[in-house]
Amino acid sequence: MRRRLLIAVPYVWLLALFLIPFAVVFKISLSDIALAIPPYTPTAKDGIWNMLTGLDFENFVFLSEDDLYWKAYLSSLQIAFISTLLTLCVGYPMAYAMARAPEQWRPTLLMLVILPFWTSFLIRVYAWVGILSGEGFLNQFLLWIGVISTPLTILNTNTAVYIGIVYTYLPFMILPIYSALDRLDGSLIEAAEDLGCSRIKAFWLVTIPLSKNGIIAGCFLVFIPALGEFVIPSLLGGSGTLMIGKVLFEEFFSNRDWPVASAVAVILLLILIIPIVLFQRNEQRQAEAEK
Amino acid sequence: MKNLMLSTTAVVALAGAALADEVRVYNWSDYIDEDLLTKFEEETGIDLIYDVFDSNEVLETKMLAGSSGYDVVVPSGTFLQRQISAGAFQKLDVSKLPNAENLWDVVEARTAQYDPDNAYSINYMWGTTGIGVNVGKVQEILGEDAPMGSLELVFNPENMEKLQACGVHFLDAPTEMIPAALKFIGEDPDSHDPDVIAKAEPILLGVRPYVTKFHSSEYINALANGDICVAFGWSGDILQARDRAAEAENGVEIAYNAPSEGALMWFDQMAIPVDAPNPEAAHVFLNFIMDAQNMAQASNYVYYANGNEASKEFLVEDVIGDPAIYPDEATLENLYTTTPYPAKVQRTVTRMWTKVKSGT
Repeated sequence: MRRRLLIAVPYVWLLALFLIPFAVVFKISLSDIALAIPPYTPTAKDGIWNMLTGLDFENFVFLSEDDLYWKAYLSSLQIAFISTLLTLCVGYPMAYAMARAPEQWRPTLLMLVILPFWTSFLIRVYAWVGILSGEGFLNQFLLWIGVISTPLTILNTNTAVYIGIVYTYLPFMILPIYSALDRLDGSLIEAAEDLGCSRIKAFWLVTIPLSKNGIIAGCFLVFIPALGEFVIPSLLGGSGTLMIGKVLFEEFFSNRDWPVASAVAVILLLILIIPIVLFQRNEQRQAEAEK
Repeated sequence: MKNLMLSTTAVVALAGAALADEVRVYNWSDYIDEDLLTKFEEETGIDLIYDVFDSNEVLETKMLAGSSGYDVVVPSGTFLQRQISAGAFQKLDVSKLPNAENLWDVVEARTAQYDPDNAYSINYMWGTTGIGVNVGKVQEILGEDAPMGSLELVFNPENMEKLQACGVHFLDAPTEMIPAALKFIGEDPDSHDPDVIAKAEPILLGVRPYVTKFHSSEYINALANGDICVAFGWSGDILQARDRAAEAENGVEIAYNAPSEGALMWFDQMAIPVDAPNPEAAHVFLNFIMDAQNMAQASNYVYYANGNEASKEFLVEDVIGDPAIYPDEATLENLYTTTPYPAKVQRTVTRMWTKVKSGT
């Protein structure tokens, strides 16, 4: 009895916080736009039977016929992929340095990584507007030291979006890698070096494979939210920055077309399910390996 | 135990009372003198919660979702008309609005085309959509005779290509930009014919590569700071930018021009949502706003004309005497209004707008 109850808890959680909201969104994605409250038809007010027979896949057909949405999905995948790689390149050395730092420094270093979370995410992204704009700190500084003679256009381009994503999600990359490197047994590297490996070779052959799980976890933690990111592209990106999170917002708020917005969301979810399943499988394997 | 229950009831009752004396207003950003908000609270004892938005579309989404929690909202004419037909607003109780006698019949006659008999709304402010320029920078780039008062400036790719270096913002509002593009090529700006509307697309796509950003509120600061040199935006917003630049004494000189080809005239109307938690207080707020001196204080601060005839005597010369705010007869004749698109045309319009903004 108690066991069943314990199993039931996560299922109720899943049902209440995922399946029911998803069913609502899916139902709206099969409806038609209307000028009413709520702005779609049919609704439960029309009777359950009428509501069910009034649903169709028209919006999904519409999405597949308009290349805007495919381009947005692809460009989101591209932006998420590249920024994940960049975050990894920046995050790994930081995590490595932290794991190699003297024992008594580590809590402080860890604290420094987490500290930015104490400020609102929105304000931190907004701060980048002030740094990157034409009259911003970065351009002022570069002009002052004489590297450039005219201000660089960074704000409102994809470069600014990459900077924003890398900055925002960096802790999500550092923390799992750090925890993997922290557990790494230093004697393994010593053994590799004793057996004739150069330091670089030992790093590639021992350290990287042993921190693989941290890298994978970090990459998923960055990739998945970056794919649906809305705030960063809308604050830092330009008119040419096409991301699905932005398209979703436009459909919902600017076009006031809830059914199409819901259809976009359903497809985004399907795209995200693949990496999430891969991630879970990796976690499971890791848990089993640790047993 | 009984005591505890009594005190709990008292607390609940108090909370209820506090709730009843609270009015939630959802207005456009940079659209009021904030001293007025404090004055309202002091005069009426009602707590005022004031939120802002910068797009009619966002407001409409909240209205059509229902239960927005707001008591007073401020949609523009065409959006008001759509939302009235969706059943989003309640009729005003005129008996609670004695200051309504201050309203200006000239404006009321125009707003009646969106809200027949003005049964659901009162006019807050009205203005035109036009071109804001950083005079110095634009003249530096295009020469002394730059067409700063003409749609040529923003819809002719040759001009825009040169201007992109110093930055151009367009409103992120298809219902403002498409009529302007149609006016530029001599079509009816209020056309609901998809074939005519489609003619705006090449115009907008032609200049799109040179637009720094489509945004409906950032341009105030961007113009004032000198980050951009041209903005296609709302009259008062640009005049506010002019004012901020003058205050900052940063050498930036901003000017607003209603396009000589004709400018869109719009009306922002205050209305009470059908499910407003406190319609009583909402009426008190509307009546407060319609007070001649209060309305004048708001206009003097935001540089928009209002629909309140009695307020005119309290307006400063900078506002009442500026034809960019209170247009003279000749300019008035050159202004046009638009009506809401039917649902099917709406989709064509929004899709075109997405294409314009994203390039696909």
